[in-house]
Amino acid sequence: MNALEIKQLTKRFDKFTLDGISFALPMGAVMGLIGENGAGKSTTIKLLLGLLRPDAGQISILGMDPRKEELAVKRRLGVVSEATILPASYRVRDAGRVLSTAYPAWNDEQFYGYLHTFGIDPSKNCKDLSKGMRMKLSIACALCHDADLLILDEPTSGLDPIVRDEVLDILRDFMQDERHSILLSSHITSDLEKIADYITFLHAGKVRLSASILDIDASYGMLRCAPDMVQDFAPGAIYAMRRDQFGVEALVDPRRLPAGLTAEPASIDQIMLFLTRHAVQ
Amino acid sequence: MNILISNTGGSPIYEQIAEQIKAMIISGQLAADAPLPSMRLLAKELRVSLITTKRAYEELEREGYIRTVTGKGSFVAGLSSEHIREEQLRQIEESLRAAVQRAKLSGISLQELQELLSLLFEEDSQ
Repeated sequence: MNALEIKQLTKRFDKFTLDGISFALPMGAVMGLIGENGAGKSTTIKLLLGLLRPDAGQISILGMDPRKEELAVKRRLGVVSEATILPASYRVRDAGRVLSTAYPAWNDEQFYGYLHTFGIDPSKNCKDLSKGMRMKLSIACALCHDADLLILDEPTSGLDPIVRDEVLDILRDFMQDERHSILLSSHITSDLEKIADYITFLHAGKVRLSASILDIDASYGMLRCAPDMVQDFAPGAIYAMRRDQFGVEALVDPRRLPAGLTAEPASIDQIMLFLTRHAVQ
Repeated sequence: MNILISNTGGSPIYEQIAEQIKAMIISGQLAADAPLPSMRLLAKELRVSLITTKRAYEELEREGYIRTVTGKGSFVAGLSSEHIREEQLRQIEESLRAAVQRAKLSGISLQELQELLSLLFEEDSQ
């Protein structure tokens, strides 16, 4: 079963259109949602959370239609995004108390367990917590009501490498249950490379790429060579390339390269950069 | 059991995992029916994505080294000594093929190669 399935999802604004995007996140997996600013990541997440109404298309979350079964869906969703910022005047323990009234499955013991693990003082005001602590608290809140799907908007941005690693560890722990799934948007693709099973890359309101990291590894590579060499390449061997004074750097399909040439592994950053800026028409 | 991943090793991470578990099974370090860590635990500990460890286990299962029981986990398969011998032969063939290619590139004759092989073989058994 898919934890999340989107079909032809469309949302029109004056200056931007999320244009019929489709992708699916299988249950038990982690998907990274990537793309430059304005590509449509936040719009997609807002549509998933019901904060925006789609103009067309279907959303299925944990096998349910969120418009028909809103409450049932929300109870099984854990969300961390700008929309879930904790009120600054609350003390940490009050935030827990408020959430416990909102979620029937709220687990206080688990909540205080996380606070202890993360070293968060329950009597502190939320506004006095550091950025990293606030993020960890938000994640703790998202995890303590027995959610099956986490939707995280930029959970590691603005955090230092040590806290980012701790956040990834929390997510890895969550993924030990095979019914759990995570959709996370991030600019920090090196974090995604450590945890994501699937990558969906949005560009200008469209899905440019949505595949497992194994498929991406098999079908994308980087190659540096002399400019005259690429003329003999099979059609479709080059997705994108950049010329400079000393040669050509290309994002290639390693399976279609002429014999004797080997591509190097391409990072998600390189794939994103090349497909966005240097795509071959 | 130790599994050591290199991010600059060239071969894909799932292959590195599969090869190292395979080596432990062939050497007898992992005995028949020994339980393997769950794919999720392995992914968490190695800090790789789950799909990577899943692929490694799928390869191992396809080649008959392990078996996976739904709901119970993965276990080392009872390998026949024939299977192990075959696998060893396959790896030897691979190494020899590389040696032959190198010999051909540098014009070293079959006779010289055979002499070298005999020398190495006897040297090692002394």
